[in-house]
Amino acid sequence: MTMLSWRRLRALCIKETYQILRDPSSGIMAFILPMLLLVIFGYGINLDATSMRLGLCNESTGQPAAAFAAHLTGTPYFEIQAGTRPQLDALLADGTIRGYVLLASDFSRLVQNGPDPAPIQIVTDGTEPNIATFLAAFIHNTWAIWNESQARAQGLALAPGTDIQARYWYNPAAISRHYLIPGSITIIMTVIGAMLTSLVVAREWERGTMEALLSSPVTRAELLLSKLLPYFVLGMISMGIVAASAVFFMNVPFHGSIPALLLVTSLFLLSMLGLGLLISSAMRNQFDSAQTTLNIAFLPAVMLSGAFFVIDSMPAPIRAITYLLPPRYLVSSLQTIFLAGDIWTILLPNTLFLAGTSILFLLLTVRATRRRLDG
Amino acid sequence: MIWLYRISALIRKELQILLADRQSRQLVIIPVILQIIIFPLAVTLDVKNTTLAILNEDSGQVSHELSARFAAASAFTTIIHLTGAAQIQQVMDNQDAIAVVWFAQDFSAKAEHGLPGSMQIILDGRRSNSSQIAATYVQDIVNTYFMQAQQTQGQAPQTQLVIHNRYNPNLDYQWFILPSLIALILTVSALILTALSVAREREQGTLEQLLVSPLTPEMIMIGKAVAVLVVGMFQASVIIAAAVFVYKVPLAGSLALIYASAVLYFLALVGIGFLISAVCATQQQAFLGAFAFMMPAILLSGIASPIENMPQWMQTMTWINPVRHFMFIVKSIFLKDASIGFVITHSLPLVLTGAITLSLAVYRYRKRFG
Amino acid sequence: MQAVAMEHVSKHFSGMTQPALNALSGTICSGIITGIAGPDGAGKTTMLRIMAGLLVPDTGTMTVLGHNPVTDSALLRHRIGYMPQKFGLYEDLSVLENLTLHADLRDVRGMARDKRFAELLSFTALAPFTSRLAGKLSGGMKQKLGLACALLGTPELLLLDEPGVGVDPISRRELWKMVQDLAGQGIAVVWSTSYLDEAEACHSVLLLSQGSLLFAGPPHDLTQRLAGRSQHVRGVTGRLRQSLTVMLRQPEVCDGTIQGRNLRIILKDATIRPDLAVLDSAGSPSWATVTPRFEDAFIDLLGGGPGGESALAQAMPMRTAQNKPLIVAENLTKMFGTFAATDNVSFAVRQGEIFGLLGPNGAGKSTTFKMMCGLLQPSSGKAEVLGIDLRRSPAQARQHLGYMAQKFSLYGKLTVRQNLHFFSGAYGLFGSRQRQAVDNMIHAFHLDPVLGSRTDDLSLGYKQRIALACATMHEPDILFLDEPTSGVDPITRREFWNHINAMVEKGVTIMVTTHFMDEAEYCDRIGLVYQGRLIALAPPDDLKSQTATQEIPDPTMEDAFIELIYQQAHI
Repeated sequence: MTMLSWRRLRALCIKETYQILRDPSSGIMAFILPMLLLVIFGYGINLDATSMRLGLCNESTGQPAAAFAAHLTGTPYFEIQAGTRPQLDALLADGTIRGYVLLASDFSRLVQNGPDPAPIQIVTDGTEPNIATFLAAFIHNTWAIWNESQARAQGLALAPGTDIQARYWYNPAAISRHYLIPGSITIIMTVIGAMLTSLVVAREWERGTMEALLSSPVTRAELLLSKLLPYFVLGMISMGIVAASAVFFMNVPFHGSIPALLLVTSLFLLSMLGLGLLISSAMRNQFDSAQTTLNIAFLPAVMLSGAFFVIDSMPAPIRAITYLLPPRYLVSSLQTIFLAGDIWTILLPNTLFLAGTSILFLLLTVRATRRRLDG
Repeated sequence: MIWLYRISALIRKELQILLADRQSRQLVIIPVILQIIIFPLAVTLDVKNTTLAILNEDSGQVSHELSARFAAASAFTTIIHLTGAAQIQQVMDNQDAIAVVWFAQDFSAKAEHGLPGSMQIILDGRRSNSSQIAATYVQDIVNTYFMQAQQTQGQAPQTQLVIHNRYNPNLDYQWFILPSLIALILTVSALILTALSVAREREQGTLEQLLVSPLTPEMIMIGKAVAVLVVGMFQASVIIAAAVFVYKVPLAGSLALIYASAVLYFLALVGIGFLISAVCATQQQAFLGAFAFMMPAILLSGIASPIENMPQWMQTMTWINPVRHFMFIVKSIFLKDASIGFVITHSLPLVLTGAITLSLAVYRYRKRFG
Repeated sequence: MQAVAMEHVSKHFSGMTQPALNALSGTICSGIITGIAGPDGAGKTTMLRIMAGLLVPDTGTMTVLGHNPVTDSALLRHRIGYMPQKFGLYEDLSVLENLTLHADLRDVRGMARDKRFAELLSFTALAPFTSRLAGKLSGGMKQKLGLACALLGTPELLLLDEPGVGVDPISRRELWKMVQDLAGQGIAVVWSTSYLDEAEACHSVLLLSQGSLLFAGPPHDLTQRLAGRSQHVRGVTGRLRQSLTVMLRQPEVCDGTIQGRNLRIILKDATIRPDLAVLDSAGSPSWATVTPRFEDAFIDLLGGGPGGESALAQAMPMRTAQNKPLIVAENLTKMFGTFAATDNVSFAVRQGEIFGLLGPNGAGKSTTFKMMCGLLQPSSGKAEVLGIDLRRSPAQARQHLGYMAQKFSLYGKLTVRQNLHFFSGAYGLFGSRQRQAVDNMIHAFHLDPVLGSRTDDLSLGYKQRIALACATMHEPDILFLDEPTSGVDPITRREFWNHINAMVEKGVTIMVTTHFMDEAEYCDRIGLVYQGRLIALAPPDDLKSQTATQEIPDPTMEDAFIELIYQQAHI
């Protein structure tokens, strides 16, 4: 008795391939979805604000207020909308502006005569914390430049400042579009690896074909491999499509090597396939498998992978959870491979963890895969 | 009035199926609880608990004082002191630190002479958003230091910035994510449940049994919609309760308005769910179809990144995205106490989507089964 | 040679009150067909699955081909062919792709494979359809393909789980011949069935009921016990159905059916016969002793038939008489592409009539049926019920009909009570009327013990009963029954026909499809469908006399059916 017959395995893989090719939904997942993701991440997800809608209320009549207002209006970061305080409050409330700058009626007087510094009040829309942070930072910069020019114009000694030069390594223009790569590859591989396979296996249980397979000489290894291999190939093809189009059409740099890319993505895909098979052998029906993979596989891949949200900033228990999740390691590896190169001090631990999770999930799957109908 | 009894029988049946066994009941509540626990804690773009590396070639007072201030900031829990420029590469490559601050040799000397000293911040572009935020923290600390220095020298600044974050004074991310979570959960459960429940009835043959009965396609749809609405509203209520009582997010607006707009949103989702199931033959297709709609809709709803940062054509496209509208509405009601007029205005796209998708779905089902 | 030996095999599923198998012992020999017969829920499938190594028995020993199916499963799988109930085919693969898959799985290759394929394809007559998707095959063809797949490795033990369900008499005869050939080649064939005519044809039978063995041995041994108790009542004039009901009320009678122009009666005692005067027949009915059948013995062993009463119909009101036909099909045609599934079919059904639609699998019965119920749009022609086209009618017209689909189509996740409540509610019953209707159904179909169970967990017999209950709860005037008794044991089938017969007496109109030719005898008229066309439309007796020949002067309904189809096929 052999554990593995290539003939049987090949036959099962061919069967699976026909089924993939004949169901339009798997094709959509493997080929259309990657394209859709590229467009979404390429254009839709962008944290680099280029221009922000800012209100300006100048209640002061003097020259300094007018000058600051003019300076603000002149900067390219803002689309300035002037108005009275109630008007701007209303605009802020309905989300038309992200914040406003208020120069109160005593602003010019305070600038000219002191004694206290004149307040430049900034009101931001706290419902979008990220935008509010950026808005405040932009105004801060604008204000600093204005201060300098004011000082120079008045012939005052330059305030002792610093010449801060910010340099972005690996991504000199600091384009957040590089979410493109880790985000889309993680999503694609989760969808194909966990969601599609769990549905497919659950369907075999529902339709009674699993019973026919189990009564044939198929071994457990063949059964598992026949589900792993075709979807592995499908997942890798989709990954290739995403990576290639990102590099060639979206001009994402690729500093690493293709073997490194293949290594981390295939390990990740294996763990997702293991997870999908595990879920479907526990659920045995499509309705429940679908919902479970969505919650166990997909949402963590988006929320806790570090592709979108900063893992470091999460509280310690949640951070601890992310160490158990394969997406974290994939995202970190992909960020490095694409933007920095094959830095093995980062890739090696990630690879080891990915290998560990995939072995873990696959072992659990082997354990959960029954050669019988009951326990 | 007999149709009321028929519909109530349908609703009851749908709910019984949704809650039939332990596995199904768990699927209604466990994901919600998990998401309530994890999302508000996980979803933050703020920078905390990170490591900053400092390469100080300057032995002066100013850089020393600044380094101490960096170490005291909550954003940087760990400080790595580098001894030479050669180490920068390694620290950055290994992502040991989010940024490296590099004081030039003459930094303190220049600063003491009223000249701008040279300081470099090297940021990890692989994590451009968080490193950008980290950079603003560094800048803030530096600016504050010099401003204070100026003040001690008797040079009062002419102006100062006073920042007030309205609706969310501390820019707490949880205040942002919890109202959004209501939209998120409603989207997932409403779409998946409606799309799959029709496909499941078709696969199992029960749809035929319904269609030979006096039930009309409209009644069947209403039955499903109401059942899913009940489940969805229950889930939404759990989140609202958790937001207010556990996370202490102040509920500024009216609860009734939230529920009212949720119902409108829900109708749009159900319409889309029915349309998806109308074109799908199997549960697998229905699920993947719902997913293929849901994922872009959620990613482009404003939760992942602001709509206004998108190119104009895409901003225009998001007008048809009901998730975007509802997320905006529910956040506005929750945090800004949005008025009824505001809610009505912004609900119009939802009503429109609901009306179009539901009538299309009714049309399709009538044509097929009427 | 002994292929399978069972000793005190027991299996209990968690959540079930009764064991699925209860200390079962028996043997299965090579070279013959062994029938595993018994009513629904007897444990037939569990037994087959244990033999196939798919389930592990709780206690007892099972030896298959000299091995333990649990520990030596890998070894045995090459030597066992198994066809599960749903055939285990991939519906999105073609006939040839399904075969190739199973050939590869069983290491059939090279020249041997080509030879085996050719044999099996000609054996199953599937050769012209090799590129067709399995999902698009008719029930009979699916089954032959399932069998072909199970036969690929030339197994020594062939396990067939209810292969006769939902298959027309012609396909069943063909299948039987094939399996007989296989047994002739020395294979041990196990054929599980709830149809006793199939069991009777087996060389040996294991008769199960509720997990226990009632009888083991050649079927003849059991039927012999009935000698003299199987009787025909001949020369009955008037409505046979009413006469049967009267006979079944007699205390001396154990069971009865209609067989052609005669009543087939099983007596409790061969010497005590009821007085035929109770029939009040114009003719002169008389008794005649006939050869007992296995089914007679089976019913006797299980304590007799269900009698002739229908609590279901008793609670129903009498319908007012109507002269117009209630169901009318005129030149009804349904095209799928260029293929005419239903081709210019016309018929009309009067009130209070049982109209049977018969035909081989894939002949277009279900298509015609679905058009009549308004589930499918005819390509041309007219399908009217109560003078209304259901496709265009307001839903209220559907209030008057009940429908029982071919496939079980109640909510499997819901309990029996929840299903009953839902369907009564869907038909607009509420309050005390709803409670009354549900209670009637529970009473009429003896549903008390299963009320709280999920319908998914019930045996087929219960499922079909509940389906009939749900279809009749609102007291429909017209009942559409699409293979209502497919896969159901004879006692449940008799119960069904009691209900059907009694409802017709109340003026309910019934349109039914079936593969059981003995059931066709109950119909007032039969429409025979073949290749989409209606090739005969007459009362059963007329069809039989049409086909009478010198060799078969008194053909059974099955003979008539096969002959009529054969005539058509050779025109």
